[in-house]
Amino acid sequence: MSHFTNPEADVDRFRFRLGFAAIFVLLAFGVLLGRFVWLQVIQHDFYQTRAEDNRIALIPIVPNRGVITDRNGVVLAHNYSAFTLEITPSQAGQLEATIDALAEIIDIQPKDRKRFKRLLDEAKNFESIPIRTRLSDTEVAKFAAHRYRFPGVEVKARLFRQYPLGAIASHAIGYIGRITERDLKWIEESERQANYKGTDHVGKTGLEQHYEFELHGETGYEEVEIDAGGRALRSLKRIPPVSGNNLALTLDAKLQQITEQAFGDRKGSLVAIDPQTGGILALVSTPTYDPNLFVDGITPDNWKELNEHPDKPMVNRAINGAYPPGSTFKPFMALAALEMGKRTPSQAISDPGYYNFGNHQFRDDKKGGHGMVDMYKSIVHSCDTYYYILANDMGIDNISRFMGQFGLGQRTGIDLGKDDAGESKGVLPSQAWKKQRFKKPEQQKWYAGETISIGIGQGYNAYTPIQLAQATATLANNGVMFRPHLVRYLVDTRTGEKRPVEPKPIRDLQLKQSNVDVIRRAMVGVNKEGTGARAFAGAPYESAGKTGTAQVFSLKGAQYKESSTKKELRDHALFIAYAPADNPKIALAVLVENGGFGAVSAAPIARMVIDYYLLGKLPGGAAKEDPAAIEEGHEE
Amino acid sequence: MIDIVGTLRRAWQQLIAHIDFPLFFITLAIMGVGLATVNSATWDSNHRMLSQAGNMGIAVVVMWFVSRLPPQKLMNFAIPLYVFGIILLIAVFLFGITVNGAKRWLSLGFTRIQPSEIMKIAMPLMLAWYFQKYEAALKLKHYLISALLLFIPFTLIAKQPDLGTALLVGSAGFYVIFFAGLPWKVIAGLLVAVGSAAPIFWGMLHDYQRKRILTLIDPTTDPLGSGYHIIQSTIAIGSGGAFGKGYLNGTQTHLEFIPEKHTDFIFAVYSEEWGLLGNVLLLFLYTLLIGRGMMIASGAPTLFSRLLAGAITLGFFTYAFINMGMVSGILPVVGVPLPFMSYGGTAMVILFLGIGMLMSIQTHRMLVKK
Repeated sequence: MSHFTNPEADVDRFRFRLGFAAIFVLLAFGVLLGRFVWLQVIQHDFYQTRAEDNRIALIPIVPNRGVITDRNGVVLAHNYSAFTLEITPSQAGQLEATIDALAEIIDIQPKDRKRFKRLLDEAKNFESIPIRTRLSDTEVAKFAAHRYRFPGVEVKARLFRQYPLGAIASHAIGYIGRITERDLKWIEESERQANYKGTDHVGKTGLEQHYEFELHGETGYEEVEIDAGGRALRSLKRIPPVSGNNLALTLDAKLQQITEQAFGDRKGSLVAIDPQTGGILALVSTPTYDPNLFVDGITPDNWKELNEHPDKPMVNRAINGAYPPGSTFKPFMALAALEMGKRTPSQAISDPGYYNFGNHQFRDDKKGGHGMVDMYKSIVHSCDTYYYILANDMGIDNISRFMGQFGLGQRTGIDLGKDDAGESKGVLPSQAWKKQRFKKPEQQKWYAGETISIGIGQGYNAYTPIQLAQATATLANNGVMFRPHLVRYLVDTRTGEKRPVEPKPIRDLQLKQSNVDVIRRAMVGVNKEGTGARAFAGAPYESAGKTGTAQVFSLKGAQYKESSTKKELRDHALFIAYAPADNPKIALAVLVENGGFGAVSAAPIARMVIDYYLLGKLPGGAAKEDPAAIEEGHEE
Repeated sequence: MIDIVGTLRRAWQQLIAHIDFPLFFITLAIMGVGLATVNSATWDSNHRMLSQAGNMGIAVVVMWFVSRLPPQKLMNFAIPLYVFGIILLIAVFLFGITVNGAKRWLSLGFTRIQPSEIMKIAMPLMLAWYFQKYEAALKLKHYLISALLLFIPFTLIAKQPDLGTALLVGSAGFYVIFFAGLPWKVIAGLLVAVGSAAPIFWGMLHDYQRKRILTLIDPTTDPLGSGYHIIQSTIAIGSGGAFGKGYLNGTQTHLEFIPEKHTDFIFAVYSEEWGLLGNVLLLFLYTLLIGRGMMIASGAPTLFSRLLAGAITLGFFTYAFINMGMVSGILPVVGVPLPFMSYGGTAMVILFLGIGMLMSIQTHRMLVKK
């Protein structure tokens, strides 16, 4: 320690400062002591009263959840008041015995007891806890007669969520359910714990989840004096809750219903969009489920059945099913060719029925080929060879860049679920995608041969029905793209003020009008003289469409025969359309899983939907498959 | 036989050679009070109390190890620990997990850690080392550099945002600089600057932080949220009166009115059941703890050990003061546990690291003098 400059002075200064700190500490503790004396001696009586004789309990008052209506005011989700039988633990004495006695007059299932026990663990002593929900009038009367026997047990009116249309539009609306650990985390991350005191339900999927914080409302509270035993004595102050905002949708419930019926018992999806706003008119995923099952806690049996059903009713195919677009990809390919100057409309190829690339032969569906094929014919008759060659000429990255503009392979940002992560991205293949997707270097390389089948919507291509609908709507709207959305406006229940969800143009693709017109004419041709002609025969409006068939199962050289293929290996049927062709009001994409040819099973559904939307025509039940359409359809 | 007794005695003496008993017993007393209070706060099951006892056991072992390291060895840890802490804080900034809107944790897969806790010890260690190094010729430049060393972790933690921990880390560092002889004129200047910059600081606060301060002024503005905490803990303390409601008889506690009752708000539980008498006893114990710490600092032979001991001791004071102040409603609610009382393993270990260092400084004093 020889390098001390002036150790003694340093130590002295340090000790002086230490003494200073000690005085500071004593002063600070003195302040605390003063505070304690103030609280515990001077104000003691005041706090004594507040704590010992009359404790003030804040009882939250849960607000009414916002109502969801369709574009015409049809109610899709609302609340109804029902009677529940509730026990206040601090007043009821022996809980088990009380419940056993109650079970003698009112039906109480083991699951009711289980739920009660769970709620008991979470609740405070002075809160009443439901042992039975949705009492019938007879049960209410029965209990009233025996009421004197049950101190601390009472019948209360509580609000329950109900979906009046049942399974209709369940994938769009979603459902609410009891708050779980995970939901709680979400609420805490959003800093809304205080507002959820007393709330025990939360949106789990769909619109109910996406707009949770709009629908919920502001929790009110009542200051109640309770005594040492937890009994409520009197109400001191009541701040009423503020109901949640209502949602008015762009969805048309009747259209939705007709569409779901049109699917019959077939699996699939349909998304119909107003191309001029992006407002969704129908969002169908079949099979559906009844969201009412979830509200009061789904029973294990029902849950098992829904979850383990081979048709996967819980999956929202519209945003989570990714399918190859098949030939519905062709109009977009043709437009890409025009925009990039790779083709002119009149430029024709001679189609021998196949295209040789390397030592592989890519076959056309029509044996012997289509002869001379220009762009119009390539779409109307869905010529594969034309697009094999085109894809090879364009190259994968050009295709990918162009299709990406239409939103393919990207989340649309539809207002469903907690956040965008609930939506599938699909696959927009490109060299970069393949590099990222695969690990082994030999798999990462893009082979030119892989581009060929991309041209007819096969290969790695996989898009969700909502992406296809959005792309079709963008095409119908001359390249101006909107974000698909379900909510038209929110209604503030306090002021009645409507807060519209403004249609947000995502981008203008700056397409050349003459190019768009070429594609439009060809797609009108499809529904007049091509693969969609049978489905749209006699329609009083002009519509544009394109059929598609997506391979589920790779046929190694064999000719595909629908009748000889097992149902789950049958191709998916697709159809995209918009109408009226000159001023589109509706654009849609249909997918029928294992539906075979698009012309056979997907196009008739599209016809029904457009007929109802434009003409108000009501069909009867499911759309019929049209086997005769195979004659035209085989050319896909 | 005698030989065995002699061996045992020598082993025992070796074992306790670096324990400072006054410090140890004061800490034990506070911990005993804490354990009893955790027991009352979590009366429904003794799981928390047992787990807390386990935490204390681990912490005492940590203390024992640290107390055996001579201060020169502790100095060697200064830079590595500081740099390690800064790296972890940057990692939190980049890859941290967000909980309750704040990014404070790092996930290690099996568990997650809060690197800002490390800084509570690394900060005074680093600055004490720094001043020791430039002891011979301390210039204004060195104060500026030390302020920078303080500012970096402070900002990183404040940005998480975790203003409570940032202030604790910041104060620990400031104490070192203060004891190292920061001129009074500068201190006065800083006070004036902070006072006049308060409006700007207010603008930089997050909404929830502002809300907490506003709630302090009028708790009834947010009775369901953070105001509820203050209202209920104040009622608990006030209703405790001069002699308290008796152990396990706190109605505020046992009717679930006190939030976070075994962690940050444990003082409300204690105060309700033991009253003013209990509070005076607890303040007395903390005063003894701080007094002993200051004695150790005062007798420490090197600048490094003086500064470290002084800063650690004032750190204990700061935790205790802020916690009791917030629970009794004179300071805003920030997440600061009550030292040696609140439930929580990490905090306990960090506190005993500090105790261990104090013991090391005290028990190696003679060796240095020789």
